[in-house]
Amino acid sequence: MTVSLKTVTLNDTHRKLGAKMVPFAGYDMPVRYSSDLDEHHTVRRAVGIFDVSHMGEFRVRGPQALDLIQRVTSNDASKLTDGKAQYSCLPNNDGGIVDDLLVYKLADEDYLLVVNASNIEKDWNWIQQHNTQGVEMEDISDRTSLFAVQGPKAIAALQPLTDVDLASIPYYSFVQGTFAGAPDVIISATGYTGAGGFELYIPNEYAAAVWDKIMIAGQAHGIKPIGLGARDTLRLEMGFALYGNDIDDTTSPLEAGLGWITKFTKDFTNAENLKKQKEAGVNKKLVAFVMDGQGIPRGHYELVDAEGQKIGDVTSGTQSPSLSKGIGMGYVKTEFAAPGTQIFVQIRGKNLPATVNKLPLTKGAEV
Amino acid sequence: MNLPATLHYTKDHEWIRVEGDVAYVGITDHAQKELGDIVYVDIDTLDKEVAQHDVFGTVEAVKTVSDLFSPITGTVLEVNAKLADSPETVNSDPYGDGWMVKISIAKPEELEELLSAETYGELVGV
Repeated sequence: MTVSLKTVTLNDTHRKLGAKMVPFAGYDMPVRYSSDLDEHHTVRRAVGIFDVSHMGEFRVRGPQALDLIQRVTSNDASKLTDGKAQYSCLPNNDGGIVDDLLVYKLADEDYLLVVNASNIEKDWNWIQQHNTQGVEMEDISDRTSLFAVQGPKAIAALQPLTDVDLASIPYYSFVQGTFAGAPDVIISATGYTGAGGFELYIPNEYAAAVWDKIMIAGQAHGIKPIGLGARDTLRLEMGFALYGNDIDDTTSPLEAGLGWITKFTKDFTNAENLKKQKEAGVNKKLVAFVMDGQGIPRGHYELVDAEGQKIGDVTSGTQSPSLSKGIGMGYVKTEFAAPGTQIFVQIRGKNLPATVNKLPLTKGAEV
Repeated sequence: MNLPATLHYTKDHEWIRVEGDVAYVGITDHAQKELGDIVYVDIDTLDKEVAQHDVFGTVEAVKTVSDLFSPITGTVLEVNAKLADSPETVNSDPYGDGWMVKISIAKPEELEELLSAETYGELVGV
């Protein structure tokens, strides 16, 4: 069976840059341009640009837009003011998560939801199913490009391209303005790396020109294109969950450590059951850990205690380029979830020690 | 793509260099490129006998882990000690300093089944 992959607008650009392309969430995406390690360090130490145009964007408008968003998401979107964004999730009715997402408030009665590429259709159908009051929804995924420009030099690299004062945009805030000649770009101080920087939502017709201008403006700051491989190592060092790995239709937001975006001050899908779960306490928790010595955890490896009894499973793992050690995330029985707890990862028949850590895992490390 | 004609290759992307009754084994340039930055080479078969196609170790890149399959039957005589501290040598010099194990050749006839540089090159599309 041949599965035809969708392509982002700049597919040719990535190929010309020598990227290794892989199927990801139904898209043909750049996983690596040069080296995962080099790309990772570039973002931590300077600035890198990611094309993450595979992500989905829904525009949600109308008098009942906020009401709909409040009913389907777990965080409290009524707290958003114009120009603010919020991390949230779509709980399902069975205790799990349909998707995690960003909610942007563009203006009163005008919101943008940013969802995972792999879940665009599922999320659309889920939200539409709850759209009983005629809220105007538009899937603009196929005409929107998204570049993440991340790293400590991001402001310096991008400022020459816009009159918007980038340094004045607080974390999880955004400004809509002209950027590199493209009008109405959402310049959002968000990201999935922990390195600081911006995510830029751009109409497809301007994407190629904006990419080129960023590459030129960033040259003096050492900008490089960054693939999905380094995106994964960067987010794992921060302990950011990845839908499909660390959270899914079966994991509760409370188990996943997303209690901080689960607000029982309002009503939403499955709130009652989640509230009961919160009061009763969860049986397992998503934790992040660092290997004490050698060994690299990978998804689906087993987590065990000192006696070798199973206590959970690894959901994501990698070598941390910043720590030069194996790091991972996984669900463990609640009694093993406190930072400092010794756990063991079963790697090729050996139980190798690891320690549950606070986030970010890079805290205190020279990056 | 770098494919020395003097080596033999396998479908699993290992190469083998015969020197008398022993052979050096590593992974191909294509394999190291596909894996990306190699951060750990885990071989615990030193002094052990391995059969052709058996796993003799694993190679860990930042993003993936891959088994290493022995191209021939023999005893693992030596593991490249340099890779413990410098696993990235597999990326920079896959056919030279990035070799992984030295193995005795128990069944010389198995060498006949291995791929030439040309055949392997066709397999990986070069």
